Amino acid sequence: MGKETQNTGIETTAMATRDAYGEALLELGKKRKDIVVLDADLSGSTKTGKFAKAFPDRFFNIGIAEQDMIGTAAGLALSGKLPFASTFAVFETGRAWEQVRQTICYSNLNVKLVATHGGISVGEDGASHQATEDIALMRVLPNMTVIVPADAFETRLVIHAIADYCGPVYVRLGRSNVPAVMPGDYKFSIGKGYTFSTGKDVNIVATGIMVSIALEAARILTMEGIHTGVINMSTVKPLDTKTLLRVAKACRLVVTAEEHSIVGGLGGAVSEFLSETHPVHVLRIGLKDAFGCSGRPEELMKHYGLTAEDIVRTIKETLTSI
Amino acid sequence: MHGKNSGKRDIPFLRKQAKLVRVEILKMLTLAGSGHTGGSLSAADIVTALYFSKMRYKPDDPGWKERDRFILSKGHAAPLLYAVLAMAGYFDRSMLKTLRKLGSPLQGHPCSRVLPGVEISTGSLGQGLSVSNGIAIGLKMDNLSSRVYCLLGDGEIQEGQVWEAAMTAAHYKLDNICAIIDLNGLQIDGPVSKVKAIEPVASKWSAFGWNVIDIDGHDMKEILEALDEAETVKGKPSIILAHTIKGKGVSFFEGKVEYHGISPTPEELEKALKEMEAHG
Repeated sequence: MGKETQNTGIETTAMATRDAYGEALLELGKKRKDIVVLDADLSGSTKTGKFAKAFPDRFFNIGIAEQDMIGTAAGLALSGKLPFASTFAVFETGRAWEQVRQTICYSNLNVKLVATHGGISVGEDGASHQATEDIALMRVLPNMTVIVPADAFETRLVIHAIADYCGPVYVRLGRSNVPAVMPGDYKFSIGKGYTFSTGKDVNIVATGIMVSIALEAARILTMEGIHTGVINMSTVKPLDTKTLLRVAKACRLVVTAEEHSIVGGLGGAVSEFLSETHPVHVLRIGLKDAFGCSGRPEELMKHYGLTAEDIVRTIKETLTSI
Repeated sequence: MHGKNSGKRDIPFLRKQAKLVRVEILKMLTLAGSGHTGGSLSAADIVTALYFSKMRYKPDDPGWKERDRFILSKGHAAPLLYAVLAMAGYFDRSMLKTLRKLGSPLQGHPCSRVLPGVEISTGSLGQGLSVSNGIAIGLKMDNLSSRVYCLLGDGEIQEGQVWEAAMTAAHYKLDNICAIIDLNGLQIDGPVSKVKAIEPVASKWSAFGWNVIDIDGHDMKEILEALDEAETVKGKPSIILAHTIKGKGVSFFEGKVEYHGISPTPEELEKALKEMEAHG
């Protein structure tokens, strides 16, 4: 955690969403005795270790066995507990996908899958540890809710909200610090996007760490005369179609921005909905059907064209061709 | 009701029940026109012993917290589970004829969302023991003495997740779990020993920290004694290796790999019922 000053001149607090998760779990653990936490040997990285230290009797390390962790979480839910199961996103959603499908979603169990290390901002560990398909993998499962918070503050709200919601939920968190973007009076509710502003020319629908980057891109574009709005679509499923339709009708170009493959994630969800209801040009920002690689997070964002400057350039190019 | 352990140690009664269970399995599979005959018949004695002697449950209150749990990890033996649940009173026996039909709660593989008495949806192999572990941990946290029984197939233990779960149960000393393997020796592609050998099964489980009990899975007395022994072992989970015959109870299905995944024809059903009647 640390203070940093963005180009906007506003001082914001940067904190990784995984750190906010660790703190929110602690708060919940004190409040609710039915909460149990499972991890697969990554409790230091996922920050569930804080809960483990405070409530050792309600923490279960299943070892390096993600499939077994999902099944064990299901069993705990069946005995009336509220399990939060955490590991890296690539293992939680990839290694254990069919366990999530069969045992959690098909049976519609009240299990919370909160994964960290989503996206390429994982950095140096490289593609094996960077989940860039997880939103897609979880989104296709019936009964599943998919949430990607934009900053630490929203993460805390999300963790509290999903504890009060009954049903399977996947929450994708990140490893690196992200600036605080959500206003202090923001209230999260599942399935509701937050509109920072509605653009007359362009609207960027973003999730996760791409929200802060989209805000910067929108600021630059608007300054240059391209009126651009930003929507934090933290719940990817169920999609806030009302907000989406409203902003799509207001502009010429809808842009999706996610730290994920452009296939099947937020870009996929938005395109599917708009192509059926309000066909409008959609530009998808994300990994172009590619794996990540090693590098510093900020280098990788540049390498894959996910910086504010990249988004500005791509939007301008698209606007000239439509 | 079986709110308390029904406790019937009446072996002739249980043998008769097992036969009725087999009759129901054959009838429903014939009507369905598809389904898994061999592995439903091989485990019939074990599951009969559980539901009509060992386990505590209340069919009119399927969510009763103190019930013993049965997890059918080998979900393809759904007809066996359905027959037993119907006979135990969870739902009307007439529902059995809807097996695998559109709109029926008796899905091809068990679905907990639609059928009371089914603890968890299974069918994709290798997942039931992990779920059993989670339930067992939850029961211990709540200081409940209920037990968790998990039935696995022998081919099923080729799934890696089973061994992850085996380690978890031993690590957390889940002595309220009793796993049972239906060792009928056959899987879809042929004998388990030829497809991918699992032996030595007993020493594998004991090396994983389990108390291992080896029995004849068709001998009602041995089944009951094994279930009792499992309950007395503390500090580690128990597993019963139940040696069985695939298709047990119908001479022309016994030991035939072809009947793993197909249902009897109406003619075969008639022949089977006659044969079972003749044997008393």
